[in-house]
Amino acid sequence: MELTGAQIIVQFLKDEGVEVIFGYPGGAVLHIYDELYKQDDVKHILVRHEQGATHAADGYARATGKPGVALVTSGPGATNAVTGIATAYMDSIPMVVLTGQVPTPWIGSDAFQEADTVGITRPCVKHNFLVKDVHKLAETLKKAFYVASTGRPGPVVVDIPKDVTDPNIRVPYTYPKKVSMRSYNPVLKGHPGQVRKAVELILSAKRPMIYTGGGVILGDGAKSLTELTRLLGYPITNTLMGLGGYPGTDKQFLGMLGMHGTYEANMAMHECDVLLAIGARFDDRVTGKLDTFCPYAKIVHVDVDPSSIAKNVRVDIPIVGSVDNVLREMIKLIKDGSTKPDAGALEKWWTRIEEWRGLDCLRYAHSEELIKPQQVVETLYKLTKGDAFITSDVGQHQMWTAQYYKFDKPRRWINSGGLGTMGFGLPAAMGVQLAHPREKVVCVTGEASIQMCIQELSTCYQYSLPIKVVNLNNRYMGMVRQWQEFFYERRYSHSYMDALPDFVKLAEAYGHHGIRIDKPADVEGALREALKAKGLVFLDFITDPTENVYPMIEAGKGHHEMHLPPHLSPERELA
Amino acid sequence: MQHIISILIENEAGALSRVAGLFSARGYNIESLTVAPTEDPSLSRMTLVTRGSDEIIEQIKKQLNKLVDIVKLIDLTEGPHVQREMLLIKVKAVEAGREEVKRLADIFRGRIIDVTDSTYTIELTGTGDKLDAFIKAVGTGEILEVVRSGVSAIARGEKILHV
Repeated sequence: MELTGAQIIVQFLKDEGVEVIFGYPGGAVLHIYDELYKQDDVKHILVRHEQGATHAADGYARATGKPGVALVTSGPGATNAVTGIATAYMDSIPMVVLTGQVPTPWIGSDAFQEADTVGITRPCVKHNFLVKDVHKLAETLKKAFYVASTGRPGPVVVDIPKDVTDPNIRVPYTYPKKVSMRSYNPVLKGHPGQVRKAVELILSAKRPMIYTGGGVILGDGAKSLTELTRLLGYPITNTLMGLGGYPGTDKQFLGMLGMHGTYEANMAMHECDVLLAIGARFDDRVTGKLDTFCPYAKIVHVDVDPSSIAKNVRVDIPIVGSVDNVLREMIKLIKDGSTKPDAGALEKWWTRIEEWRGLDCLRYAHSEELIKPQQVVETLYKLTKGDAFITSDVGQHQMWTAQYYKFDKPRRWINSGGLGTMGFGLPAAMGVQLAHPREKVVCVTGEASIQMCIQELSTCYQYSLPIKVVNLNNRYMGMVRQWQEFFYERRYSHSYMDALPDFVKLAEAYGHHGIRIDKPADVEGALREALKAKGLVFLDFITDPTENVYPMIEAGKGHHEMHLPPHLSPERELA
Repeated sequence: MQHIISILIENEAGALSRVAGLFSARGYNIESLTVAPTEDPSLSRMTLVTRGSDEIIEQIKKQLNKLVDIVKLIDLTEGPHVQREMLLIKVKAVEAGREEVKRLADIFRGRIIDVTDSTYTIELTGTGDKLDAFIKAVGTGEILEVVRSGVSAIARGEKILHV
């Protein structure tokens, strides 16, 4: 089969099983768009800004496990996509971004809409390619999907000059079913000796703790993790990225850990004697001060990326391998072996943990007058029975959602954890909704974040995406305000959102239904109405502007130095 | 401690910038970096000299291995190895100094490879220390220009770095 470069791209996407791509046309990709026009197999979603394309592809990938695909033009198309690429990179999301480039003879001449896309994206991609020869196009595309989706996943950029997609140049095409790269061979199976040593250590624990991250979700290890944790009877905590990796409603689950983690999770981390870390990367928001991190613990760390191990924290037993493989190996060793967890020690440990849990650190003061943001999330959880796909933006609303929505299944909690990208939630929700047309998809956001990609309401209208937007509108960049309240003597420098739009009218202008809710009594009714509605509903909840996220560990403090909510500790004293 | 890391990397455009970019992005030091194709034109060999604690060197090696273009690497400092660096140096060579510079070059087993009425250009190969010593012996007042190649290194014995 002889095809042009543009035809190869579209045919390859079909052969690779790509059902939907997110993009925005422009000069350098016009040949490709012309081929997209002539077919119906690959659905193209026209976004309103290239950042939206990459976030949508990212959301699609997080919700399905398949690589998300975005297509943008050269120059500004590519630079606009960079925030979305960096977001995916920090959270290890498989994604392939096709960027147009000026024709090869013009590269380096400062041509119209030229940017060094390979150079600009190099620090925020797993890998990138510049295709200079149409003969190498199909193989390069295959490599891009292979690299993006294997090992520790990540975004891959393929930069394609316009002459490579020239409609007058045809070359033979066959779909490259397999590709091998001598320089890229991720280690997937854990070293048997290390796994055995780890299991021995884990079973010898008196005060064990399991700490898991996004790797469990990405590596489809949730089932094995649940089995192992129940088999051991040990307490478990998830990172922000790891929520849903273990059922959030289970009694062994201590909630999220870290800066806004629960009292019981952080204290159990601080006092544990053996820590089993799985698919987590010891991020500073998780560890707090490294000098006082898990001071009594021997640490086992399982990760598919060797460079994640012993990067921030010394590790006693490192295991490089894919999470699910290693977990299943551990389960087998425990089941086949004669050693059992120390039941007596475990009982004492759980008694201690239940004391911490008894503090009920997530309890908050209800109000008759002001809507508490926590109440909105709790009601949303109740009405969706914990079964919705929830995306979020970044800030207080993100933390409240992580704390009060209990995720029982993986891939339901979709947020920008590593990069912390405001503007992520709405376009990510588009990707999730397209991946799961029949599921409830809710974007929990704030009035500051939503305005960073609000133009995508137009995309939602064009493709009839019935996303529910839950806007926790406190008229502040809430997390910035919270830090200014705590650490800058209430000097609220530029964190006040003055001159907000009327979100109801704005939603209506985009063709959607908007509801403004300012009384606590109306929260449930409005959420019910929105969840029942066929189309997109924008719920503008006017919430208590003074509410803060608790518990909180200040940056650079240890797990045992939490601020608790005022009703538990009036002076915001250290716990 | 100083480490010499030898790398086999795909001989592709941008490969060098991936390595250099990694070092600047993560705040690692590069003391010297040499790169050229090998007998297999699809592969380049890089010799990278860096410095850091054991933990940092471990991270550097892991991060380098993570780069998709890098095929293989070894830390030569872990075993016996030979390292060489080449120096091209242009020095003033007039009157009595002319004879003195020639003598020094002979002592250090350097070779004079270009001559004018007033200058010598000398080629010298050896470890970095030897080149430093030669430069010091000549004296900065006499030096017109110094070009150093950066370190090339290879393991002793039968140990090899290959695909």
